[in-house]
Amino acid sequence: MDVTPQEYEQMVREQSKPSPLLRDMVWAFAVGGAICTLGQAILDFWKKTGLNEKDAASATSITLIGLAALLTGLHLYEKIAKHAGAGTLVPITGFSNSVASPALEFKSEGLILGTAAKMFTIAGPVLVYGIGASIVYGVILVFLGV
Amino acid sequence: MQYINAFVVGGIICALSQILIDKTKLTPARILTAYVVLGVILTAIGIYKPLVDFAGAGATVPLLGFGYTLAEGVKTAVAESGLLGAFTGGAKAAAGGISAAVFFGLLTALLFRPADKS
Amino acid sequence: MNGKRMGMATIRLERPPRVRAWAAVGGKKEKDGPLGAEFDQVFSDTMCGEKTWEKAEVHLQKVAVGMAANKCKLPVSALDMILAGDLLGQCVASSYAARGTQVPYLGLYGACSTMAESLAIGACMVDGGFAQRVCAVASSHFCTAERQYRFPLAYGGQRTPTAQWTATAAGACILTPAADDCAPVRITHVCFGKVCDLGITDANNMGAAMAPAAYDTLRTLLSDTGTQPKDYDGIFTGDLGQVGSRLLCELFSLDHIDISTVHDDCGKLLFDSKQDVHAGGSGCGCAASVLCAHLLPRLADGRMKRIILAATGALISPTSVQQGESIPAVCHAVVLESGGKR
Repeated sequence: MDVTPQEYEQMVREQSKPSPLLRDMVWAFAVGGAICTLGQAILDFWKKTGLNEKDAASATSITLIGLAALLTGLHLYEKIAKHAGAGTLVPITGFSNSVASPALEFKSEGLILGTAAKMFTIAGPVLVYGIGASIVYGVILVFLGV
Repeated sequence: MQYINAFVVGGIICALSQILIDKTKLTPARILTAYVVLGVILTAIGIYKPLVDFAGAGATVPLLGFGYTLAEGVKTAVAESGLLGAFTGGAKAAAGGISAAVFFGLLTALLFRPADKS
Repeated sequence: MNGKRMGMATIRLERPPRVRAWAAVGGKKEKDGPLGAEFDQVFSDTMCGEKTWEKAEVHLQKVAVGMAANKCKLPVSALDMILAGDLLGQCVASSYAARGTQVPYLGLYGACSTMAESLAIGACMVDGGFAQRVCAVASSHFCTAERQYRFPLAYGGQRTPTAQWTATAAGACILTPAADDCAPVRITHVCFGKVCDLGITDANNMGAAMAPAAYDTLRTLLSDTGTQPKDYDGIFTGDLGQVGSRLLCELFSLDHIDISTVHDDCGKLLFDSKQDVHAGGSGCGCAASVLCAHLLPRLADGRMKRIILAATGALISPTSVQQGESIPAVCHAVVLESGGKR
């Protein structure tokens, strides 16, 4: 018997196991929360060394990014991420992982065309649209200010 | 107290994006991009700054916070130097994070070997 | 229509070619799976001692071809033809593996259906008298496939429950003419499939995309040959995984045909569900290695008399996925019988 694409879509939906949402959310909450708490501790540490608010925030980002890159190199980040999902994806550490992992993996195509050229295959859009949106915001501010 | 706020707010932001991952076909790259842009917008309309004051790293460490950094940077720079600031402010404020990602990414590639997943 | 075709699309091989020898090689996860002990050789290092994973896949294929030829007491250079395929862009693993063999080579691409495609073409070649000793081989490697189709391995992404795990494995068969009494298995029918697409776009649910192709080819083969599922000791689809297998059985049940008692799937056989492979194995090497490690030995010693291998392939490229195209799929089927001198 021939089934239509619509009937088949229905069949597929019934047979495909959905992701375990509740379990995934608990993991994401716990790990994401833990990374943010660690970030808070690092922020407080940098403030204690005498950095001002802004510099301490930058230093915290740099520290977390360095830690995540190290964990990526040690192949631990992906092991945590398998369970944590958004918990490791959404914090700035996920940004670092998305830069370090293609850099490492595409080393086989050379340090120029592999590592360097592929470094922002995943994270590139974040910068493009993040910076793009901030410039739009700035231009709006300029015109509102005038 | 700051630590509990950071944990709870950071955790909630991550758990909400988990719903997007599980319930939609959005790829991680799309979700991250949306989060950064959303961070810029929320900061622009004044919602995100109070959240940062309340949760600290709980609001700045997720990628929404990256958008917040960009937007705050632009705001300060525009106040100082007008239109030029719209172009310099965001990247200047995020420079530490972006440069660190490039540098540590390169370092990771140089120091480690690709390995199998199991 | 000449005498070799029957029904809609099935080819009846007049002088059924033989499968003389075969070899299966795999990686560590395959070794730890239920079929681990049945592989001819396993590599615990995913690089197989090479510098890149692509080179490792070439190595897997070379070893499989060499071992299969060796079991026939032939040097690889004595083969008439190599029919080979893999998942890499431009089919390079096969081409590099064939480089230096001095054997005429055809590179095939049928995604995960490649092993059945190469066996079927090889069988036609031998039956037609165009070749006497044909090697059919296919390979895949988890790491090369993953970086081509998805994300870098060290990237922290989550796999959905419907995703399948590309096998790091290769399987090779040597086909010989019907007169070769030493060969324990023969190929009686082949059925090349049509491209089917029921509009599935989720590249993490390949089994669902491929099940309609498997259904189409199997239904054609069964009706062309006038056989029932119970006439076979097993109907083995390639790489439908858990989700696709359930869908295939459901599609047949709409025709009031129950194939669930004889059906199994290479993707389900290769790995244990405890191995965190989600919906099961996939990749050209999955059907190829399950055939060579598990199915052919059972046909050779008579534990199974007659089976269908119906390997399915999802015919996508990274570009077509990004452009949001739905996933076309194909399934090629081969009927294998126990036979020859005991």
